[in-house]
Amino acid sequence: MTDLTTLTLTEARDGLKAKAFSATELAQAHVAAIEAARVLNAYVLETPEIALKQAEVSDARLAKGEGGRLEGLPLGIKDLYCTAGTRTTACSNILRTFVPTYESTVTSQLWRDGAVMLGKLNNDEFAMGSSNETSAFGPVINPWRRADSNVSVGAAGVEGTHLVPGGSSGGSSSAVAAHLCLAATATDTGGSIRQPAAFTGTVGIKPTYGRCSRWGIVAFASSLDQAGPIGKTVRDCAVMLRSMSGHDPKDTTSVDIAVPDYEKAIGRSVKGMKIGIPKEYRLDGMPAEIEKLWADGIAWLKAAGAEIVDISLPHTRYALPAYYIVAPAEASSNLARYDGVRYGLREQGRDIAEMYEKTRAAGFGREVQRRIMIGTYVLSAGYYDAYYLRAQKVRTLIKKDFEDVFAAGIHAILTPATPSAAFGIGEKGSADPVEMYLNDIFTVTVNMAGLPGIAVPAGLDPQGLPLGLQLIGRPFDEETLFSLSEVIEQAAGRFAVQQRWWAGA
Amino acid sequence: MSVDAKTVSRVAHLARIALPEGEVARMQGEINAMLGFVEQLNEVDVEGVEPMTSVMPMVMKKRADLVTDGGIAAQIVQNAPQSEDDYFMVPKVVE
Repeated sequence: MTDLTTLTLTEARDGLKAKAFSATELAQAHVAAIEAARVLNAYVLETPEIALKQAEVSDARLAKGEGGRLEGLPLGIKDLYCTAGTRTTACSNILRTFVPTYESTVTSQLWRDGAVMLGKLNNDEFAMGSSNETSAFGPVINPWRRADSNVSVGAAGVEGTHLVPGGSSGGSSSAVAAHLCLAATATDTGGSIRQPAAFTGTVGIKPTYGRCSRWGIVAFASSLDQAGPIGKTVRDCAVMLRSMSGHDPKDTTSVDIAVPDYEKAIGRSVKGMKIGIPKEYRLDGMPAEIEKLWADGIAWLKAAGAEIVDISLPHTRYALPAYYIVAPAEASSNLARYDGVRYGLREQGRDIAEMYEKTRAAGFGREVQRRIMIGTYVLSAGYYDAYYLRAQKVRTLIKKDFEDVFAAGIHAILTPATPSAAFGIGEKGSADPVEMYLNDIFTVTVNMAGLPGIAVPAGLDPQGLPLGLQLIGRPFDEETLFSLSEVIEQAAGRFAVQQRWWAGA
Repeated sequence: MSVDAKTVSRVAHLARIALPEGEVARMQGEINAMLGFVEQLNEVDVEGVEPMTSVMPMVMKKRADLVTDGGIAAQIVQNAPQSEDDYFMVPKVVE
């Protein structure tokens, strides 16, 4: 039998329906792959008992010709999604032992549709990071290696200059790329789905703000956070997003609009669509391989009948600085709840104020502490107008840039997903945090404007590492993004890791 | 704008994060790097621009004023570091 873990989500779905294999066999294959890949540190909690039990139920349903849209399909869940009875930590020491008594709306919809949970996936602490290096459980390793790489598995784990899988959804991207799940849930506040997808040759979509319920997902910056999937193919992401989406009365920002069958958008003609190419995304000193990737994308869409239009989004360069005011401000407010009283870590103090201060100093990592501090500062008396209010005004202008081009008839916008391929662990941001933040320069505008964005692999850099293109769509028009990105996927081909070097050579 | 060491300590206290004396200089450097980065926002003409309040235009939904949940005190205190008789226990606040 072929290795079941190398199937795509939709191939596995069709295989189960055709009874080519059972859900139990599919779950077992993934459980074994996860055990053999622990050095990658993609999972922070493995739940094989849950997976096998759910698979058994799925097999019974499938035998009767029943079952939901995701029946028997094993998934990984980012550890930001609360799972009832299963530890959920946001990869922070402050939640190290937290066991939710409730289930996030998005995961409950996955289980409603028959999916199987393999475990909880690593991420940057509270989703704050672009490399998965801020996790309290340690960094995740990218299954991709540079062409001349010295990376291998030795006695002490992975040796050599290994690469980050991107972040914050680094466990999700690494697990999907390494065939440790058929697809994964992820979240995106400034690029945390699209950047890791681009770094691992996988597909990731951040839907429109309000498309998925945020209820039960650990909050970072509530006006920017949005759930979405990372998958092996565009079609897989379409199937995942359909199950994850939908109105939820428990999240007042979730939108009451019918969820389309996104899979039907795959293969739909893109003829006559107007694709905007924003000149502001052409950065000084942009690497030649990124230029070429973008040109290839343009050529592929043109060949499929799309019309390419040069556009301008004049406030693009202000998105990242505005983001680094808005996101920390919202984080400082959201993370005020971790006080050592209702849940999570508590450090003793002489009085309640000292208890709070010691608890939060011990429970939050460096990156999280810094962002809370910046957020507290920009919201504090005397600075609110100069920083926060100004940033929210700039955000209005960023959104208007997009509204103007969409009003002029643009259907979607094509950009690179990241300024470079995956970098090495410890290579960025150690002295100046801004160096790391620049990773999100192409993705963060989309969160600021609440729009949908998808990253799709489109080529390799000179070191043999995957690179992604990003498509940005009109609000709630994820279908167009699926149609267009599948054109790119067809033209570029899929990018799969060639060798399971981590699995005990 | 940049912050001095005193401001860093004050903000740490406002954020309820214990910041040891020896860590202040590092945090100050990192915060100032960030504030330097966001300085460029001052170039933008925001005269007459409304600050964003909702990224997707939508009417605030209201639900019926009904009790929809409750009677789960044991669940609510389940993850508390310290609880007694379904109460959260904290250090003495009022003398």
